[in-house]
Amino acid sequence: MTAASLTETEVPLKRRLKEAERARQFKALALVLPLLVFLLFTFAGPIAGMLWRAVDDREVRQVLPQTIAALADWDGKDLPDEKAYAALASDIQAARAAGTIAIAAKRLNYALNGFRTILTSTARNLKAVPEAGTAKETLIRINPAWRERATWRTIRDAGGPITGFYLLAALDLTRNADGAITAAAPDQAIYRDIFARTFLISLGVTALCLILGFPVAYLLATLPPGRSNLLMIFVLLPFWTSLLVRTCAWIVLLQSKGVVNDSLHWLGIIDEPLRLIYNRFGVCVAMTHVLLPFMILPLYSSMKAISPAYMRAAASLGAPPLTAFLRIYLPQTLPGIGAGSLLVFILALGYYITPALVGGAADQMISYFIALYTTETANWGLASALGAVLLLATLLLALVYGKLVQGQQVTGGMKN
Amino acid sequence: MEAGMVAPAPALVRFSGIQKTYDGEHLVVKNLDLDIRKGEFITLLGPSGSGKTTTLMMLAGFEVPTQGEIYLSDRPIKNVPPHKRDIGMVFQNYALFPHLTIAENIAFPLSVRSTNKAETQERVSAALRMIKMETLAQRRPGQLSGGQQQRVALARALVFNPQLVLMDEPLGALDKRLREQMQLEIKQLHETMGITVVYVTHDQSEALTMSDRIAVFNDGIVQQIDRPDALYEHPVNSFVAHFIGENNVLAGTVETIDKDYCRVALTGSGAVTARAVNVSGPGASTSLSVRPERVAIVRDGSSSDGPNRLPAKVQNTIYLGDHALAVLDVAGNAEFMVKLQPGAHDSLQHGESVHITFRPEDCLALDPV
Repeated sequence: MTAASLTETEVPLKRRLKEAERARQFKALALVLPLLVFLLFTFAGPIAGMLWRAVDDREVRQVLPQTIAALADWDGKDLPDEKAYAALASDIQAARAAGTIAIAAKRLNYALNGFRTILTSTARNLKAVPEAGTAKETLIRINPAWRERATWRTIRDAGGPITGFYLLAALDLTRNADGAITAAAPDQAIYRDIFARTFLISLGVTALCLILGFPVAYLLATLPPGRSNLLMIFVLLPFWTSLLVRTCAWIVLLQSKGVVNDSLHWLGIIDEPLRLIYNRFGVCVAMTHVLLPFMILPLYSSMKAISPAYMRAAASLGAPPLTAFLRIYLPQTLPGIGAGSLLVFILALGYYITPALVGGAADQMISYFIALYTTETANWGLASALGAVLLLATLLLALVYGKLVQGQQVTGGMKN
Repeated sequence: MEAGMVAPAPALVRFSGIQKTYDGEHLVVKNLDLDIRKGEFITLLGPSGSGKTTTLMMLAGFEVPTQGEIYLSDRPIKNVPPHKRDIGMVFQNYALFPHLTIAENIAFPLSVRSTNKAETQERVSAALRMIKMETLAQRRPGQLSGGQQQRVALARALVFNPQLVLMDEPLGALDKRLREQMQLEIKQLHETMGITVVYVTHDQSEALTMSDRIAVFNDGIVQQIDRPDALYEHPVNSFVAHFIGENNVLAGTVETIDKDYCRVALTGSGAVTARAVNVSGPGASTSLSVRPERVAIVRDGSSSDGPNRLPAKVQNTIYLGDHALAVLDVAGNAEFMVKLQPGAHDSLQHGESVHITFRPEDCLALDPV
């Protein structure tokens, strides 16, 4: 009897539970909706836009539509036929009238240096649409580059609508005449070095933050509340001043007539001022200073959760202080070390202002070049591709970290 | 050594003139002299702030005495760091290392002593067998219940055969039933292994259950050290009488003292004869201590009479299963408890006037509260 009534009531009960839950879920959703919308417009949207721009390649297609169509079935072995030349001539005429030649010229010039001149000179000298059958002859007379297969291949490869060109360029790769991926020319292969430099500087700053931050976090977690609060204010103080002010303060301190050099000179330790700024040293010092709180705070929170009883227990069981620290304390701070290091490393990867102000030419990180291509040369495709590679690398790191943390999840044994 | 006494085991630990202050103003431990014998189970019992935990921490090496010296096997250990003292310790919240498995936790004291692998394995499995947790060796502490965690903590503190095991309120976080079970298990371990245990608790019934001797702490001073039954039967002052077991207090003034006994005029009304334990002389005020189970209720007309017969009024009766309590108003004490046999409480009417009697030797004249 009871079992039967149980199964009878089970379904409505589940449904009622769902209905009750639904109202709550709806309320929760309504509460986070403004944030979701905000994030969509300010975060997800721009990132999607950036990723799209890294592969978007419709400029040439829009300016030279007939040419792209005519080249669609070109095998690339010989020069294209008369039809393609006629289409090009017609496209150039139309583009000149619309004033869009420069758009295609800029894009084609990325792929083949000097293409801008070829296209603009052709546009300037092509007085009228050539008569049928003479397009090839006319164009080659205006600019001999139209006799080169490479010229045509460049147009075809830039035909879009999507391309791997920018992404390959961001990794110092390019496609050769046969369409195979090869290393880029040495004078264009700079991004791998810059990525390596970016990662190296970030790694160095992360290590410095960990070395300097660990003892501070330990003090914060173990000092009596009064003094630890005071120390916490000192740790957070940098957050209350602008990044620019802090970076400029380092210029004042580290420049050749700066406080540090003057003091060292006055103490008689050095004769010539040390070169402390506009080099890698200055970048690392300033970035470490700025990023230190991001290391200290996660470390502090993981250390705060470690009861002093663990160290006492280790000592009572016969472990000398160093052994107790290495085998009991340190392993329990690993989640904090991981979180702090990841945070600092990822923040450091994107650093722009600090290296720009206190670094030399050889210390600029990837963000500098992204900014350069965005604002100076307006090569948004390459800027987006560099951004996409950086994003991918960062996501990979976060994923690896997530796996590591999941692998050795530490559960609290203390019931406090 | 007094003649006729069994020679006590030699002292393993000796506290000599120990004082401890944290702030330089108040002494948490005032002039402690205490011998702990080899193989005994001694409990430091007292309310919080009485100095018992500080005493234990000084013995473990986590606190340094402000004055005095502690000897372990006749060796001064004031300046010996905790990890060199060879003292096992069980903490209130177990302090099992959360990132290590149960087996690794138990192996920890062996591995820091560079014990070889085979022996470590053997001793760890012996320890796991001892606490009946062989199957849980690869679990982490967070996956165990409180009682299981405490067994592991116990095994970890015993596995390296320390000279001395300290326990700092180890059962405080467990529920009552489990606590009582663990008390018996710890007591059994102590007896089978012959270890010396210093146990800290504020729970007097725990102390009575487990201890060979109890040191009652209050206000930084050891009030009394003795066997559990001696503490109960012969408390030296009001604090001990009150802290160990149930106790009725009657205030009064000493009239005369005759050898071991004195006559006390109660503040309310009447006079009784009591054992003079801690009174200075005639005229001094005193607190009388009478245990609830040593008092008999008599109705008018009952013939059993002695020097201590006081009028009382029944306030209430409380049924407690195996026994019952009568709450009486006696000589100004409105919460005077008398222990009754179960069933006896039915016949008592609320507001009924009765008399109580107790023997002079069951009534102790102590220092005034």
